[in-house]
Amino acid sequence: MPQATAESSEQSTMNTAKADSQQSAVGQAPTAKTASQLPKEVLIKWLYDMQLIREFENRTMQAYQQAKIGGFCHIYTGQEAVAVGTIGCTNADDPVITAYRDHGHALARGMTPEACMAEMFGKTTGCAKGKGGSMHMFDRPNWLFGGHGIVSAQTPMGAGFAFSEKYQLEVIGIGKKKVTLCYMGDGALDQGCFHEAQNLASLWDLPVIYILENNGYSMGTAINRHTANAENLIDRAKGYGIRAAKIDGLDIMNIYNEFKPIVDDCRENSRPAFIDLKTYRYQGHSMSDPQKYRTKEEVDQYKDKDSIAKLCSDLMTMGHIDEAGWKSMRKEIADIVRGSVDHAENAPTPEPGELYTDVYANPEKNLSPTATYSHGTKNPLM
Amino acid sequence: MTTMPMIESDIHPAVDNPPLPVFLPDDQLPSREGDRIIQFREALREAMSEEMRKDKRVFLLGEEVAQYNGAYKISQGMLDEFGPKRIIDTPISENGFAGMAIAAAMTGLRPIVEFMSWSFSFVAADPILNNAPKMLYMSGGQFGCPIVFRGNDGAGGQLASTHSWCVEALYANVPGLKMAIPSNPYDAKGLLKTSINDPDPVFFMESERMLGDKAHVPEEEYYIPFGRARVAREGDAITLVSFGRPVNFCLEAAETLAAEGIDVEILDMRTIRPLDIESIIESVKKTNKVLVVDQSWPFASIASEVVTQICERCFDWLDSAPARLNTADVPTPYAKGLEYDYLPNPERIVDAVRSLVNA
Ligand SMILES: Cc1ncc(C[n+]2csc(CCOP(=O)(O)OP(=O)(O)O)c2C)c(N)n1
Ligand SMILES: [Mg+2]
Repeated sequence: MPQATAESSEQSTMNTAKADSQQSAVGQAPTAKTASQLPKEVLIKWLYDMQLIREFENRTMQAYQQAKIGGFCHIYTGQEAVAVGTIGCTNADDPVITAYRDHGHALARGMTPEACMAEMFGKTTGCAKGKGGSMHMFDRPNWLFGGHGIVSAQTPMGAGFAFSEKYQLEVIGIGKKKVTLCYMGDGALDQGCFHEAQNLASLWDLPVIYILENNGYSMGTAINRHTANAENLIDRAKGYGIRAAKIDGLDIMNIYNEFKPIVDDCRENSRPAFIDLKTYRYQGHSMSDPQKYRTKEEVDQYKDKDSIAKLCSDLMTMGHIDEAGWKSMRKEIADIVRGSVDHAENAPTPEPGELYTDVYANPEKNLSPTATYSHGTKNPLM
Repeated sequence: MTTMPMIESDIHPAVDNPPLPVFLPDDQLPSREGDRIIQFREALREAMSEEMRKDKRVFLLGEEVAQYNGAYKISQGMLDEFGPKRIIDTPISENGFAGMAIAAAMTGLRPIVEFMSWSFSFVAADPILNNAPKMLYMSGGQFGCPIVFRGNDGAGGQLASTHSWCVEALYANVPGLKMAIPSNPYDAKGLLKTSINDPDPVFFMESERMLGDKAHVPEEEYYIPFGRARVAREGDAITLVSFGRPVNFCLEAAETLAAEGIDVEILDMRTIRPLDIESIIESVKKTNKVLVVDQSWPFASIASEVVTQICERCFDWLDSAPARLNTADVPTPYAKGLEYDYLPNPERIVDAVRSLVNA
């Protein structure tokens, strides 16, 4: 569990030690220098995860249209290579935080499709027991710290996880060198807190990587209408003394090749980085977007450069997968995702009493004139 | 993808068996009388330093807390003892460092965030209101936020309206946070130590005008529980409910009133979320009259809340309508005399009590 404990002030607790030994056995980032040198299983897993996200989002849209999912819901389709490729460069216990377009990151991080879908259905087996919804995916076992609905709110927090891991290592003497991945949309570039976060991250040598998922639009506002000097965003980060790079976000092999050395460097030298990853979302901003601000031709142009199709054809060329294998992978994924919808349909809705749980970790009396708070039950899926 | 094993906790995933301090009943707390007289600011410093010695997860960050020794000298000497990794000077980026500290709290550290003044917390409104108090709920109990935000609250002394904010009514509205507002050095130390140990976000209000106040603070360690009011003065004519600096205005007013034969009972709430409504009810049942003295604006204030709860819980015991005395409902003025008139000062309290008792 990613929490320092009182006893760990002195030395590693049993729990931390247990966690660490498990971590070193599994969930380590690959070491290959280039994607083409990666073991077949890793590359196939990327394809699998990207297709899982795409299929999952198709079912999400369907369920939304059937009014089984409510609220604001943002579809990740088109951007799959970003979450899968960048997370693929990290260890399973490197902290990850993102904005509200978060289903892809949750799945790439290892959240089960059941927990993710059930959350959107508002069910008790959802990752947050139905208290967060589509925009707020939290997964403690997988080191995912949300899902944040306020544009750019996650950027100071990204610095905070990096700070915390560094503090635990240097002051308490527990843990290990970690890198925090903090995802953000291009709209988040324009928030003051992102500038504060970059300044703090650079000033204090915090190993956080800001991953700009540059899909060209902040809702209906094209990037050149919402941020200055949009062609040259990496110079801003450089202005803070932060290492920065522009990476093609549609080609996952390319993402690995260019992103992996940055991750390794940030981890080793405890420094922040900023990555401008050019990508594109196929769907509207949210489920209620008439998309008057862009043309069908533009969308099609990107669909022609689809990241899943690209990886699939690369893997076929490399001989890692054939048509039959790809077909059966898709079938397997379709079954799993359909299963997650069935699970979400059939999972129980929260009891009314659940309204008053998880408000306080120490729910003393008289905290509210009208409510009596209590501890919630632990979600069996998390 | 691999998953990380979670620590099994009988209590709550986010709490991990909270090592809450032992709370003694009020009459078993160390004495308030004694030779060791220290300032309010020193009491705060002792609270932080004692907890930092015990627990390396605790650290202090804020503007000028380290090398400058604190804008108000609260953290004086702490850099020397704990070093720059735990006493951290920040840039003037409240939004940035508050959000950062919240993330640190989510991973189990215990940050103390000093706002030079709560008046400057508004630029950090999003992290402190949207993230800290809601994290546990929004994550379905997965991530708690054991953090303390503290700083000066209320009129500081001719600082005019941008620098004189009383934020308690605005912030106490939000479920998920706790709020402590001490009125004296003894309580300041005991409440801050409890705040640092509490697994929930605590908003801790100090007053620049009280930092130099001196009182006996014992050498022995003690913790003051949340939600337990203190009877600051006993009386039977009327109950004055207050918290923070205005408790001292009430005590001053009580002297004048006593000379007129009016013995007021003063309740110092110490925390307003949780609010010790039982102690208020008990006192109202004795005096049958109540005046809430609150140094924030009247509209939707803590006083409004207290009066509402009194009406809900012990209406039948009241001989007259429950009353409130707030600051004047205007932006805080600069001119010395105007600022004084604006506050719920002792003269205003005396007038209000006279008219209630003699009605
Ligand atoms: C502070 C804040 N202002 C406005 C909004 C409403 N809003 C939600 S998403 C969004 C656009 C953000 O776009 P971008 O950051 O590029 O992310 P993308 O949707 O492209 O993933 C806006 C304006 C918000 N959630 N938070
Ligand atoms: Mg965008």
